[in-house]
Amino acid sequence: MDIIDRRSNPHGKNLENRQRVLARARGAIAKTAREAIDQGTLRESKQGETVTIPADVLHEPSFHTVFSGGDRHIVLSGNKVFSTGDRLPRPKGGGGGGGGGDGAGQGDGEAQDGFRFVLTRDEFLDLFFEDLELPDLVKSQVLATDAMSPARAGISVDGTPSQVDMSRTMRQSMARRIGLRRPKTPAVLELEQEVARLAETGEDPDRLHMLRGELEIALRRLARVAWVDPIDMRYRRYTQVPKPTARAVMFCLMDVSGSMSETMKDLAKRFFLLLHVFLERRYKRVDLVFIRHTEVAEEVDEEIFFTDPRTGGTVVSTALAECARIQRARYPSDSWNIYAAQASDGDNYSSDTQRAVTLLETEILPVVQHFAYIEVAMSAAVIRGDTDLWRGYAPLAERAPKLAMRRVADRRDIFPVFRDLFGRKVRA
Amino acid sequence: MSELLYQGADWDYATLRRAYDAIDRVASEELGLDIYPNRIELITSEQMLDIYTAHGMPLTYRHWSYGKRFLQHEASYRRGYTSLAYEVVINSNPCISYLMEENTATMQALVIAHAAFGHNHFFRNNHLFRQWTEASAILDYLAFARSYIAGCEDRYGVAAVERILDAAHSLSRHGVHRHGGRVQMDLKTEEKRERARREYDERMFDDLWRTLPDAKPAPGIDKISERRRRLGLPEENLLYFLEKSSPRLESWEREIIRIVRLIAQYFYPQPQAKVMNEGCATWVHQRIMTRLHEKGQIDDAAFLEVLHSTSNVIMQPGFDHPAGGPDFNPYALGYAMMTDIARICDAPTAEDRDWFPDIAGNGDSIGTLRHAWANYRDESFILQFLSPKVIRDFRLFRLKDDTADPTLLVDAIHDHEGYRSIRRSLARSYDPGLNDADVQVVDVDLSGDRKLMLEHRTRAGQLLAKKDAEATLKQLAMLWGYEVRLQEIDVTTDAVLSTYTAGPGKD
Repeated sequence: MDIIDRRSNPHGKNLENRQRVLARARGAIAKTAREAIDQGTLRESKQGETVTIPADVLHEPSFHTVFSGGDRHIVLSGNKVFSTGDRLPRPKGGGGGGGGGDGAGQGDGEAQDGFRFVLTRDEFLDLFFEDLELPDLVKSQVLATDAMSPARAGISVDGTPSQVDMSRTMRQSMARRIGLRRPKTPAVLELEQEVARLAETGEDPDRLHMLRGELEIALRRLARVAWVDPIDMRYRRYTQVPKPTARAVMFCLMDVSGSMSETMKDLAKRFFLLLHVFLERRYKRVDLVFIRHTEVAEEVDEEIFFTDPRTGGTVVSTALAECARIQRARYPSDSWNIYAAQASDGDNYSSDTQRAVTLLETEILPVVQHFAYIEVAMSAAVIRGDTDLWRGYAPLAERAPKLAMRRVADRRDIFPVFRDLFGRKVRA
Repeated sequence: MSELLYQGADWDYATLRRAYDAIDRVASEELGLDIYPNRIELITSEQMLDIYTAHGMPLTYRHWSYGKRFLQHEASYRRGYTSLAYEVVINSNPCISYLMEENTATMQALVIAHAAFGHNHFFRNNHLFRQWTEASAILDYLAFARSYIAGCEDRYGVAAVERILDAAHSLSRHGVHRHGGRVQMDLKTEEKRERARREYDERMFDDLWRTLPDAKPAPGIDKISERRRRLGLPEENLLYFLEKSSPRLESWEREIIRIVRLIAQYFYPQPQAKVMNEGCATWVHQRIMTRLHEKGQIDDAAFLEVLHSTSNVIMQPGFDHPAGGPDFNPYALGYAMMTDIARICDAPTAEDRDWFPDIAGNGDSIGTLRHAWANYRDESFILQFLSPKVIRDFRLFRLKDDTADPTLLVDAIHDHEGYRSIRRSLARSYDPGLNDADVQVVDVDLSGDRKLMLEHRTRAGQLLAKKDAEATLKQLAMLWGYEVRLQEIDVTTDAVLSTYTAGPGKD
């Protein structure tokens, strides 16, 4: 009998198979993802998402019979009260007592429940953002290359002691020692012992003489040929390579004036969350800046941003000014990727709109990667037609491709709008 | 009295070895078990899940269906709906038993007795396994299959391979030579011989590709039966037929079909002897652990753990219990019958002498059991050995389910009149001949559009599940390359009950 410990064998044997299931069930997963957005659970779910895949996607058909009519016998266990000749009502669910133990195993039903399993958060988000990309990401990486980081670049013969590559150095040393026939220490020791023994016993003087000569040569070689010579030294070489900027800041601008209802704020919140999760996928570090405004703008934390109600008028330009100020003060555009999203119901003091547009065009758009304007409109507003802000931004959006504007009227719209904004553009 | 093998729950290799040796002594000296050499492998729970998904094969080719099974098992395990099996054993030579690292020392001993001796003996001796599976070749063959399919994926793309595998899987229940003796399951040599033969056939003559009409039919030869003879029809092994005769498949595609077919063949006996197999293993472990306790090799605490886990395993919830249902727990039924046979041999009642005159009181319970394990399958075993006592203990009853009748009729219970009917019906429910759909290739329209004709011989009310039949037929058509037609024929009246057709196109 052999006992073999397999516990340390490579794990994840089924990873590949798992991937294939996901590939097969892509459509269903995308749907679940959208629902997760609609329910606002995307960001909260840290450990993963339960995905239900309709059974037919993963169904494995086979020829098997089902009992549809006629008569049959079923043997069951656990009779407590029945006697021969008793009649009992058919259980609900049709077909009598089920499969009758015909061993049909999996896939024996025509109507199966959905197939449920848990995706890891990463798998989920990967699929979720599968064909989305950040606008201008490449450009920003090429532009923002001020930071440098050292990267390994082979071996050199000079360098600082801290960069010595010991194994290569010793390899060189050994090759040189062998090449120059430097005697090995044990061989010298042996020779010394032999000489000493012969000298003591006095036998075989010829041999003693010869060995003394050999020993002398060996010792001389040993002294001349160094163990480690400067020419053996090898150093790891590093070069400075430009490091692409891998951090981003996201400005969330929201109108919290009296005209913004809770539902509208909720829509805005969902959009911000989605953008945040998306940015997190692409950048190691994503800073969030929340700016809310009525007649005046202020930077607040996330909690207050989404929950604290305010009343008052609406002056959009204050928020844009605040955004530009914070950006200048804390997030220089050469080392940060900057994204901004503005949510509003579109109301503004009409005299302010022009100022907001100018501010956006001259101060914000030149430094951001992308600016998304989301107009959360209740149906009434849509019927009413263009809002102040929409009218102001629209001509600018024509000129500046960085500015994207969309209307969201319902939870259902958020994901399509998001995909629309960040969907991979087909390049001709 | 001998020393305790271990104490407490902890174990190490020395413990396992001591336990194995003690179990081995009981198994070979007292029970006379005849086993393949054992190999015991320790695994983690994740690895156990991996093995589950592959139907207990130690290695498989890659396919999404295994991923699906993995996800299913994983989900129910994580939520705590199911616990993992304590062991998985593979019918191979050497016989591999997987032991979970989480098991206690007692559980490891029990599992060794159960799998490495009980199942092992059954695999080696039961006639089904001896006839259909070649234990010494399976590991090599699986390794070959895995690398062959991986090679095909590299060469022809994952999608192309998956297409063939999906189709072959859907037909894998019809990829078995059911009539034993016809196929010698020595996978390796058979493979060589078969391939050589096929190449020869392909070189020499392919009837399907003959396009010239026969100049003149030879007199006295029935054309239809001649054609059927040449194609080896009727053929119930659909995968075999496709592999051999499908006109449009590439040779690698044939090889993949062959792999699926041979693996299906390897698993063919398992469901047919599940009750016996589990009954045998459970009875053996219970007997061995009891003996170890009697000999003072395990302490009372360990023996209580054995009793606890055995009684968990052999629980049979009644039909009206939420966890119950129409299916029998093979461990429960199997163990009850094995125990009962031993009782009949050693301490028969008058009733037993009446029912089992040839074994009652023969005093050789172990010999009788060994004989049963070797020569029966579930259906015949139940028909032969289900005793009135077991029927009473399980309180079995029989329902007559006639769809013309709005109610169900209890037509037999555990009384003198009912024993035989119950036994017969229960045995029939384990008869693969009655429960598998009998689908056969009957003809090919060689002079016309090469349409493949299949028949499902059945009785009214036992038709194929419609949606599945359509999907499966589509897969079949894909492999055949031309249109296929499946007719469901009533065995008694030869009436056509329903007809399906499918073409090889994308949809």
